[in-house]
Amino acid sequence: MPQNEHIELHRKRHGQRLDHHERKRKKESREAHERSHKARKMIGLKAKLYHKQRHSEKIQMKKTLKMHEQRKTKQKNDDKTPEGAVPAYLLDREGQSRAKILSNMIKQKRKEKAGKWEVLKVIRTGKRQKKAWKRMVTKVCFVGDNFTRKPPKYERFIRPMGLRFKKAHVTHPELKATFCLPILGVKKNPSSPLYTTLGVITKGTVIEVNVSELGLVTQGGKVIWGKYAQVTNNPENDGCINAVLLV
Amino acid sequence: MPVANIPVDRISYAVRYVERLLIQFQDETGEPLGSPFDVPLDITPDKLQLVCNALLQKEEPVPLAFFVRGEAEVVESLRVCVKALGAETEAVLPVVYQPQAVFRVRAVARCTSSLQGHTEAVISTAFSPTGKYLASGSGDTTVRFWDLTTETPQHTSRGHSHWVLTISWSPDGRKLASGCKNSQICIWDPVTGQQIGKTLTGHTKWITWICWEPLHLNPECRYLASSSKDGSVRVWDVVLGRCERILTGHTQSVTCVKWGGDGLLYTSSQDRTIKVWRATDGVQCRTLQGHAHWVNTLALSTDYVLRTGAFEPADATINPQDQTGTLEELKEKALQRYNKVRGSAPERLVSGSDDFTLFLWSPAEDKKPLARLTGHSALVNEVLFSPDTRLLASASFDKSIKIWDGRTGKYLQSLRGHVSAVYQVAWSADSRLLVSGSSDSTLKVWDIKTGKLHTDLPGHADEVFAVDWSPDGQRVVSGGKDKCLRIWRR
Repeated sequence: MPQNEHIELHRKRHGQRLDHHERKRKKESREAHERSHKARKMIGLKAKLYHKQRHSEKIQMKKTLKMHEQRKTKQKNDDKTPEGAVPAYLLDREGQSRAKILSNMIKQKRKEKAGKWEVLKVIRTGKRQKKAWKRMVTKVCFVGDNFTRKPPKYERFIRPMGLRFKKAHVTHPELKATFCLPILGVKKNPSSPLYTTLGVITKGTVIEVNVSELGLVTQGGKVIWGKYAQVTNNPENDGCINAVLLV
Repeated sequence: MPVANIPVDRISYAVRYVERLLIQFQDETGEPLGSPFDVPLDITPDKLQLVCNALLQKEEPVPLAFFVRGEAEVVESLRVCVKALGAETEAVLPVVYQPQAVFRVRAVARCTSSLQGHTEAVISTAFSPTGKYLASGSGDTTVRFWDLTTETPQHTSRGHSHWVLTISWSPDGRKLASGCKNSQICIWDPVTGQQIGKTLTGHTKWITWICWEPLHLNPECRYLASSSKDGSVRVWDVVLGRCERILTGHTQSVTCVKWGGDGLLYTSSQDRTIKVWRATDGVQCRTLQGHAHWVNTLALSTDYVLRTGAFEPADATINPQDQTGTLEELKEKALQRYNKVRGSAPERLVSGSDDFTLFLWSPAEDKKPLARLTGHSALVNEVLFSPDTRLLASASFDKSIKIWDGRTGKYLQSLRGHVSAVYQVAWSADSRLLVSGSSDSTLKVWDIKTGKLHTDLPGHADEVFAVDWSPDGQRVVSGGKDKCLRIWRR
């Protein structure tokens, strides 16, 4: 790359070559061939990088082409009439959604006020309270029937009895009925695999519940007694676990 | 002094000392009837009625309501009224008499049927001027006609491609015009359910209101006016299927258009103005300004009589019939009814707006409003004059309905009971009852005389978007978001 403008200056002073435009045109038309030659013959890491870049380029190009096509063919996208018919006097008004926005705003403010808090609280131990290797779980957890604490001197994670829950209020999405069912175990906590092993239940956790009281039967005739459900509230705020059954 | 035939049992009054006072009967315009009359202070409205009827010398006695000095109504006896007003008993007291409707509409009490059929929310409903046919427009793009005697569906008219926002019957009841969100207008025949003529296109945005030309101006019911969100109003010729005139002038969506009985068109718009146009040549006569926000709705004092045309609700029979007679006869009847209701004063116009107030105008005369009606705490969605033009009802999103005097605009009473925004109201044909539909999914029937709730009509599963009372007073129809129409009867 030129470090100064001497090439430009020369062009301005003396003009370009007489066959400049023709040469330029021919070079540009050769570009496609050269590019494909390179793409075929390249090997190694260089090729990998080049192909990756070329792939993303092609995707972009396809998208823009599609957009241009849509612009050209003006067709009616929605043949079906949209839902939510309202009379003429309600048409220019948001109406109900405004209430929804307001209630969401209030919920957001409340959440912000409440603040986030840490799942694992540091517990200081030792004669001079300097050792900080113990952690206490501050959210609701499930421990299981045959749970026995490790010897207190060696237990790293403390799960307080007050935050241990055995039952969850599970809603059947189609029947719209809610049942209080015993929890069998925590299947997956989306925040971290550590929480899954500890049995911490937060919003979005998938838990397994005992549904034998619902009386569901498989096609083969066997009674279903365990199903997955996903938690829908923040149990540490409400004091209860609300979940929706995953059918 | 001419003495009318007062019953002889009055002699018993002479035993006690009784206060008497001089009253002068006046009609609504202020013209005195007979000369001052000497009556006891304890006189009740029935006796006053007898006296007045005798003075009026009509063949059949007409029910009357009496207002001392035109303000306070005589409910129990004259004494109570006089005390309330603090009027002195020495001078001659003017008592205004108002003829009430001879017939009496009975309040609806029960839902006789829930008409299902629409697959989307019902947005607009209307009874035909005689009350024989019922039509409803919905979000599923169909207009359905319902048979009222069996309360079952009669025709389903398909032709629109988007939500049917507004429907309007022609004053002779032979045609129904419907406007949709795709800016198309279709005319339907209620008997066959088929479309008459071709679809009227021309507007660029959705139709907000449709209004036919009054019967006494043109008995053929040939012209209709439509207003749209694109800010223009078009006058269409239904027979030829083309647009006669385009009235432009508003800068924002036109929310309502009314065709007055004097050949003037009134349009209200979101640009905060109301414009008055001449219907014959489309020239703008006046612009009425004053509102501070969108003008949502208009009401003319002669609305009810223009809607019913030549049909007289007092002549209604149990089975509603079609209007018979030649065009000339119908025109004459309609003109007579119109002149009677209008009286000597020009038409009054009321506009309700998003700025929580209403304005009372006399648009044919003056650019300045007659009165500004304040009191609502949320936007006013609909205003409606009572059929006898004496009262005005305004439904608002602040969950209340306010009743105002139709002549002066004075505030009379508030009807509270709904728990959510009130969307629409409808008067009964004798102006004694009012039904209101709200977004809390109930309808309420109010007795205007007492100002109290008469009946609560729950039953809808979701918001009630449209309410109408049939002109023969027998039925109320309501349609809403739960996709079904309900018919309420006594």
